[in-house]
Parts: sequence; C-alpha cells; structure tokens
Amino acid sequence: MIPVAEVARLWTMRQPIQTLASTATARRQHVQTLASSATVWRQPIQTLASSATAMSLLLVLLLAGCGSQTSSESTTVVLTGSSTVAPLMSEIGKRFEQTHPGVRVDVQSGGSSRGVADVRRGLADIGMVSRALKADEQELHAVTIARDGIGMIVHRDNPVAVLTDAQIVDIFTGQVQNWNEVGGNDAPITVVNKAEGRSTLELFLQHFELDNQAVQADVVIGDNEQGVKTVAGNPHAIGYVSIGTAEYDAAAGVPIRLLPLGGVEASIANVQNGSFPLSRPLNLVFREQDAPLPQGLAGALVEFARSPAMHATIKEQYFVPLSP
Amino acid sequence: MFRFRPDTVLHWTLRSCGLFTVAVVLMILGFLLLESLPTLQHVGAGRFFSDASWHPAAGAEQGTFNLVPMIVATLLTTLGAVLVAAPLGIGSALFAHFYAPRLLGRAYGKIIELLAGIPSVVYGLWGLTTLVPLVAQWQPPGASLFTATMILAIMILPTIALFAGAAFESLPPEHWQAAEALGLSRGRTVISVVLPAARSGLFTAIILGTGRAVGETMAVLMVAGNVVQNPSGLFQPVRTITANIALEMAYAMGDHRGALFVCGLILMGMVIVLVSIAEWGSRSPVHA
Repeated sequence: MIPVAEVARLWTMRQPIQTLASTATARRQHVQTLASSATVWRQPIQTLASSATAMSLLLVLLLAGCGSQTSSESTTVVLTGSSTVAPLMSEIGKRFEQTHPGVRVDVQSGGSSRGVADVRRGLADIGMVSRALKADEQELHAVTIARDGIGMIVHRDNPVAVLTDAQIVDIFTGQVQNWNEVGGNDAPITVVNKAEGRSTLELFLQHFELDNQAVQADVVIGDNEQGVKTVAGNPHAIGYVSIGTAEYDAAAGVPIRLLPLGGVEASIANVQNGSFPLSRPLNLVFREQDAPLPQGLAGALVEFARSPAMHATIKEQYFVPLSP
Repeated sequence: MFRFRPDTVLHWTLRSCGLFTVAVVLMILGFLLLESLPTLQHVGAGRFFSDASWHPAAGAEQGTFNLVPMIVATLLTTLGAVLVAAPLGIGSALFAHFYAPRLLGRAYGKIIELLAGIPSVVYGLWGLTTLVPLVAQWQPPGASLFTATMILAIMILPTIALFAGAAFESLPPEHWQAAEALGLSRGRTVISVVLPAARSGLFTAIILGTGRAVGETMAVLMVAGNVVQNPSGLFQPVRTITANIALEMAYAMGDHRGALFVCGLILMGMVIVLVSIAEWGSRSPVHA
C-alpha cells in the first residue's frame, strides 16, 4: 500500500524530471534532424556525383586531347556515344587491349547525340551512334559494325498472332483500347512505351511515323530488361524492345512472344539478312576527312570491331553481326 | 609563446570539419544552379509550370517542359506512403517496447534493422515482378500511384519503426513509474503518457521517413508506370521527379539535360522545406 503523501511527492517530482527529459530529447532531436538531412540529400548528391564524374572525365578528355597533339601517337582511344553500343564496344575494346599491349580503350556512354557532338568537337576519337547519320551530320563518316532490330512483344498467352502497322499505330495512339478490336480477348490494352530521348523510341516513332506526344502510354520504361519484365508480368501488355534481348529471354522461358512486323518474322536471322523492317545500324563515326578509316589506333580499332573475329562477341551481346 | 593544447587542436579540427560540410552543401546548390541556369534562361522558369506536357527532347523552342504532374506525383506518393507507414511503424514499435515479451521485442528490433538495410532496388525488383502483376490482374496496368505508394510505405516503415522505437527508449523510466504509481492501466499509460511524451521523437521519425520517400528513386521507377500525367485515380500510372531524372539523364542533351537539373533544384527545394518543418517541429514544446 503506497501512502497518499508518497504519490503526491512522486507527482510533484514529475515536472522537473520531465523538463530535464525534454531538454535531452530536444538535443537528440537536433542530431536526428541533421541525420535526416544527410539521408534526404543523398539522392541529389548521387545525381551530382554522376555529373561531377562526367565533368571530370570531360576535363581528362580535354587534357588527353592536348596530349595527343604533342605526342605523335596516343595510347588511348576514346569512344563516346550510344548506350546501346557502349557495352559492345567495351567488350571489343578489352579484346583489342589484349592484342595491343599498352593501349587503353576508353568507352563512355551518353547517347548517340553525344557521340556525334563529341566527334565534332574533337573530344572523342570515335563516336558510337545507334542509327543512320542524319542529313545534317554528313560531315561525319560512319562504319557499321552490327545491326539491332526492334520487335513488338506481347505476353505468351495473348492469342493475337499478327498486328498490321496500322493496328499498332491505333493501339499506341489510343484509337484501339481493347484487345477484342484486333482479334484478341476482351481486355484493356496496356501500352508500354520508352522514355523520352531513348534511341529505341526514336526509331520506333520514325518507323510508324508517330509523334511521341500522340502516344497514349500506360507504362513508360527505361531499359529493355524492364520492358520484358513489364510485358511478362501483364498478359494484356504490348511493348517493343531490342530483338536480341527478346529472343534470348523468350528462349529462356520468359512468357513473352515476338510479333511479326509487315509479314516478316521478328528474328535475329531476319535482321541479319535485312528483311526485317524495324532495324537499325550500330555505327562507329569519325570525321569525313579521316575516311575510309581514321589514322593510327582508332582506325585499327574500327577495323578490329568489324572483323569476323568479333562476330561471336557481337552475338554474345544479343546484336546481329553484319554478314555470317 | 604558442602552446598547442588538445582543446585548441580539437577546436580547430572540428571547426574546419563543420565548415567543410557547409561548403559541400553550398557547392551542391551552386552546381545545380550553374547547370540549370542556361535552361532556365532559354526556356523561362514559368514554362516549367505552364507548358502543355513534358516532351523536352525537342529543345527549348519546340519542346514542352511542364513539371507540375511530376511534382504532384512526388507529393502524392510520399504523402500516401507516410499515411500508410506511420501508424504501422509507430504501432509496431509500441508493441515491441511495451507489449511484446523481452526476447520477442529484441528479435523484432533486429528484423526491423535488417529490413531497413535491404537496398531499394531489391524492393523495386520484387515490386516489378510480383506486386505489379498482382495489381494488374485487379486494376490494369498495375504499375500505378497505388503500387508506388505501397512499395514506398514498405521501404519507409523500418525507418519510422526504428526511430519511434528510439523515441520510446529515451523516455525516462520515471514516467512509467509515476503512471504505475497512479494505478494507470498499460493502455492508458501508452495513450496518455508515452505517446505525448515521445511526440517530438515520433514527429522526427515521420519526417525522416518522408525524406526517404521523397528521395527514393529506383524502386519507384520500376513500379510507378512513369507516365507523366496528373493522376485521376489511385490506379493511374505516374512519374516522380526522382524517377524522371533517373530515366532520362543518361540520354539527355542540351536543354533537356538542363531541365533535369531544374528537377534536381526542385527536389532540393522540397528537401529544404522538409528539413525546415523538422526543425520547427522539434522546437515545439514537448508537453502541450
């Protein structure tokens, strides 16, 4: 039994104790607030870090450029451009380094436009461009090392076997919103589109003469793998990805199916023989005055990249070598 | 003449550490401004809020630069995630501290710590391959505001639970003893004593969770659908500002790239507002 006086004493003690406690809490709060700022700033810092890296690389490139002017032969070949071509050229670069001791092949992605821009400004020896050169890029010379096809994919369980170009346009512009309008089940169509700026998107829009503002997408994806996973997880989705990736995944049991385009089956073989309508060249570009091949190591690398010895490497990256 | 006492050395070392930290933050802000300023001049700040849509790849003249749907999406997913995760996180911390047997409470703490340590991309991949198809069966296309909110809620839940737990732990035992002396039941004590006393700690826990939700990128990118639009329902796809930067930065040139730095600037602004709220919240009196 606690006496009433004791309870009263405890009760009066409560106030000063709480004041002390609140001071301690307030101090801890401050530390936590600092910690929270650190956490939430992490994201912009990462973005910045990548830009900072890009900038420092630019600086290194500039320095390298100055160096190559003074010395007669540079030991570093710099390639920048298409993120589609970059992994392939990294692989080819490694092989090249093995056969040419002391040589370094520096591959940086950043998009086809960067490849063109960097070659123009002399920041890169070779640009990687995953499309044909445009009319205003004719002062550059392109050497095709491989091809890449883009195929429409649907879920394996989707009964639709063929879509005409007009039907695909209608689906992507929202004119057709249900699969039963194009001979499928009664289900709403999920349109999977690529993010702004991607070269796959550019090529897709160009082929179907579409404006990206007219596309009514339900999902927008980044890379091919995300596209395959999105369609594999949704029986009513339709999207487009690199044929090499799609063919590999379909063979590995991922529930997706490639649709023929313009009556031509979407396969690596048809991309190779040029009959598949939606395909693109993967180009290495350099200045026209250096044609047919740039001098020194850059020229040797271009020749090496399109030699038959590299066909196996190209296939490993799910691209299509030029001739068998 | 000169005597280097440990105090003086430590004083100056710590002072320079502090200055360096501040300098880093200011440099980040300066760099963001430097990168986005040309685009802000070409495009004009107003167009980021008044243009018809987000199609920046065509450049300053033909492109459109409306960021409002993405700001809205960021706020909605964050708010939704906090609304789901805060009661769950605080509730589970209360259970572990005041209701669970000692051993279970300790095991619970370890599990929550583990949950907090899982990289966000793992949550994203799980969301993309499991949660999105599940939601798609019910409400196509599956990748949506709802799915993104759920993934974010799961991700910030351990943050809120851990910090709420820390807030409960730091309460002086006298509170509990006094409540017990007054003969209050356990439920009454939790509601009338523990929760009010830990209020500012819980507030910080929620703000920390909010900060994580605002900055989260990869997981949201994989489950939100990424269509730039003002959602008209819970199951519409949306794109957050962080996902926008991650999706397009690798391919952006010129003003498109600059516009992404403007996104970074807006994100920074949101964080500054959030930190200010946290600062204001932790200064408010603990006992009303």
